[in-house]
Amino acid sequence: MSLLMNIFQEIPLHNYLFLSAILFCIGVFGVLLRRNAIIIFMSIELMFNAVNLLLVAFSTYYSDSGGQVFVFFIMAVAAAEVSVGLAILVTIYRNLHSVDIDELKSLKW
Amino acid sequence: MQLVYLLILLPLIGFLVNGLFGSKLSKTVSGWLGSLVVLGSFAISTKYFLDFYTGSLAAPIDIKAFEILYFQNISIHFGILVDQLSVLWLMIVTGIGFLIHVYSIGYMHDDENFSRFFAYLNLFIFFMLLLVLGNNLLVTYAGWEGVSLCSYFLVGFWYKNESYSNAGKKAFIVNRVGDLGFLLAMFVLLYYVGSLNFSDLKAEALGGNIPSNVALAAALFLFVGAAAKSAQIPLYTWLPDAMAGPTPVSALIHAATMVTAGIYLVVRTNFLYDLAPEAMQVVAVVGAATALFAATIGIFQNDIKKVLAYSTVSQLGLMFLAVGVGAYTAAVFHVITHAFFKACLFLGSGSVIHALHGEQDIRNMGGLKKWMPITFVTFLISSLAISGIPPFSGFFSKDEILAAAYEHNIGLWLVASLASLFTAFYMFRLVFLTFNTNFRGTEEQQKHLHESPSLITIPLIILAALAVVGGAMGIPEVFGGTHWMKNFLAPVVASGSGAAHAISHSTELMLISIASIAAVVGIAFAYFRFVKGGALPLKDGEEKGLQKVIYNKFYVDEIYNAIIVKPLMTLSSLAYEIFDVLVVDGVVNTLASITYWKGKQIRLLQSGNIGFYLIMMVLGACAILGITIWQL
Repeated sequence: MSLLMNIFQEIPLHNYLFLSAILFCIGVFGVLLRRNAIIIFMSIELMFNAVNLLLVAFSTYYSDSGGQVFVFFIMAVAAAEVSVGLAILVTIYRNLHSVDIDELKSLKW
Repeated sequence: MQLVYLLILLPLIGFLVNGLFGSKLSKTVSGWLGSLVVLGSFAISTKYFLDFYTGSLAAPIDIKAFEILYFQNISIHFGILVDQLSVLWLMIVTGIGFLIHVYSIGYMHDDENFSRFFAYLNLFIFFMLLLVLGNNLLVTYAGWEGVSLCSYFLVGFWYKNESYSNAGKKAFIVNRVGDLGFLLAMFVLLYYVGSLNFSDLKAEALGGNIPSNVALAAALFLFVGAAAKSAQIPLYTWLPDAMAGPTPVSALIHAATMVTAGIYLVVRTNFLYDLAPEAMQVVAVVGAATALFAATIGIFQNDIKKVLAYSTVSQLGLMFLAVGVGAYTAAVFHVITHAFFKACLFLGSGSVIHALHGEQDIRNMGGLKKWMPITFVTFLISSLAISGIPPFSGFFSKDEILAAAYEHNIGLWLVASLASLFTAFYMFRLVFLTFNTNFRGTEEQQKHLHESPSLITIPLIILAALAVVGGAMGIPEVFGGTHWMKNFLAPVVASGSGAAHAISHSTELMLISIASIAAVVGIAFAYFRFVKGGALPLKDGEEKGLQKVIYNKFYVDEIYNAIIVKPLMTLSSLAYEIFDVLVVDGVVNTLASITYWKGKQIRLLQSGNIGFYLIMMVLGACAILGITIWQL
C-alpha cells in the first residue's frame, strides 16, 4: 500500500491539477455546446469526476484519508442523482419523442 | 361550592348544543333543551336562595377560580360571588328566563330559525349569570359585554328586515358609549385602589382608603355605563327601537333582566356611591327626569310594544331615583316586582300580536277580551300592579320609592308621583284600547282571533300570580309587615345611608294614599276618555302642537341624528374619500403597479431556453469564482 502511495507521489501534483482542469473544461463545453440531453448529462458526470480526481489527488499528497471518504460519498449521491435525472429524461422522451433540449421551451412566463 | 359552576355552565351547554347541532334537532327537542337547561340553573339558584333564606349560608361564597390578568403588582382573577344580592338576581334571571323560554316554544314555533333563537337565549342567560355572579368588575364587565352582544343578535333576529337589523346596531352602538364609562371606572379604580374585587373595594371604601374624588369619578363613570345599559337619559333611545326583536326577547332582555343590570351595578357598588353624595344626586335627578320624560312619551304612542318600552324606561328611571336617594333595597324590590309584571305585560302583548298575526298598532285592536280572556285578565292584573293599585306588588315597591324620594327631596317626589300618574293613565289607555270597546281590525283578522295555546298562557298566569303576591317580599312596617327584603339585603347594602325611614307612619300613610288616589285618577281618566268617551288615538299626521311633539318622542332621535350621527357620517365619508381612497388605496395600488411593470420586463429573461439557462449558470459560476479570486 505504502509502495503504491510512493509511486503515486512521484508523479508531481500539478499533473493531476492539469488533468482535472482539462476534464472539467471538456465537461463545461459539452454542457454548453451539445443539444442532446443525454450527452449533457454525461458531460456533467465528467465534471463531477474531474472534481473527484482532484479530491483524491490532494488526499494522497497530504496523506489525509478524509478526501477519499468524501469522494465515496459524492459517488453514492451522484448515483442517486443520476437515477432521478435519467428518470426525468425518460419521461421527457415519452412526452416529446426527443431529448433535444431546444424542444423543451414550454416552461416560461 | 362547585354547584355554582354548573349553574353558569348549563345555559352555555344549551347554547353550544343548540348552536352547533340545532339544525339537526327537531323544534320540540331544541326548544325544550333550551328551556330545561335554564330550569336546571333555576333549581340550583333556588337551592342557594333557600340557603340564604334559612340562614344556613350566611357569609357570601367568594371563589377565586383562576388568574386572568397579571401585571406589575396587580392581579385579576376570574371569580364568583354568591351573596344575597346576586342570589335575588339569579332567581329573576333563571326563573323568569325559564318561563320566557317555555313561552318562546309556543311563540316562535313557526319560525325557521327556531334553534338559533334558543341558542341566543341560552347564551344570553349565560352572560347574564356571569354578570351577576362576577366577584370583580372585570368579570361583570365580560358578562356586561356579552349581554349587549346577545341583545344585538336578538333585536336583529329577523335580520332580513333592514330597519330591524338597524335597531340591533343602534342598541349595540349606544351601549358602547356606556361601556366606555364602565371601562374608565375600572381604570380609575385600578389606578387608585389597585383592585377590582368587590370585597376588596368595599373593605377599602369602608376603611376610608378611597379619596372622595376618586369615588366620585368612579361612581359617575359607572353610572354612565349603567345609564346606557338601563336606558336612562340621554342614552335611552335604543330601548324603544329594540322592540324590533321578537316579543319574548323584549320581555326577557329589555324588560326583566338585562336592562336592570345597571341597577345591579349601582347597588353592587353602593359603597362607592355612599362616598360620593354628588354622584347620587346626579343619579337621582337623571332617574326622576327619565321617569317623567319617558312616561310623557308613553302617553301618545300607538304601538303596543312601544308603549311598554317607554313604560320600562320610565320604571327604570324610578329605580335609579331610588338608588340615587340611597334606597337600594327599594330599587331592588322594584326591579323584582317590575320583572314580574313587565314580563307578563310584554308576554301578554306578544300573545295579542300572535293572535293578530303581527299587528302591533293599538288603533287596529279593541274588544279582544271576548276572544282572549286569559291574556286579558293577566294583562289587567299586571297593569294594576304597574299602576300601583293596592294590594298588587307594584304598589308596595313604588310606594317605597316614593317615600324615599319624599324623604330626600319633595321635588323629586313630585316628579316621580306625576310619572306614576301618567303610568296609570297610559297603561289603562293601552288596556282599554286593546281589550275593551269593539274590534277595529279587518274582518279577516277577526275570523282568526283565538286564545293563545297553553305554552303561552301558562307563563302568563304564573307571572300574573307573581305580580299579585310579589309585594309580600317587602310589606312595610306601617302595614304590620317586617319588610323581609330589607333584612335580607342588609349584609350587602348595610353601609351608611340606608338609614331607617325618618318619616313618621302618618306621613307614610298620607303618601300612600296620595299615590293610590293618583293611580285611580289616572285609570279613571283613561276609562272616561277611551271607554265612555270612545276616543281613539289620532291617525298618523293628524297630531297638532304639543301632542305632535310628544308623539314624535320630542324629536330626540332627530336631534341625535342631526348633532351626532350626521356629523360622524360626514366625517367618515370624508375620511373615506380622502384618506382611504387617495392615501391608503393610492399607496398600495402604486406599489402594486410598479411591481407589475418591472415584473413585465424582468420576466422576459425566463425564455424557457435551457441552453440559455446553462450558459447563464456557467457565467454566473465564473463570476463568483472571479469575484472570490479578486477578493483574495
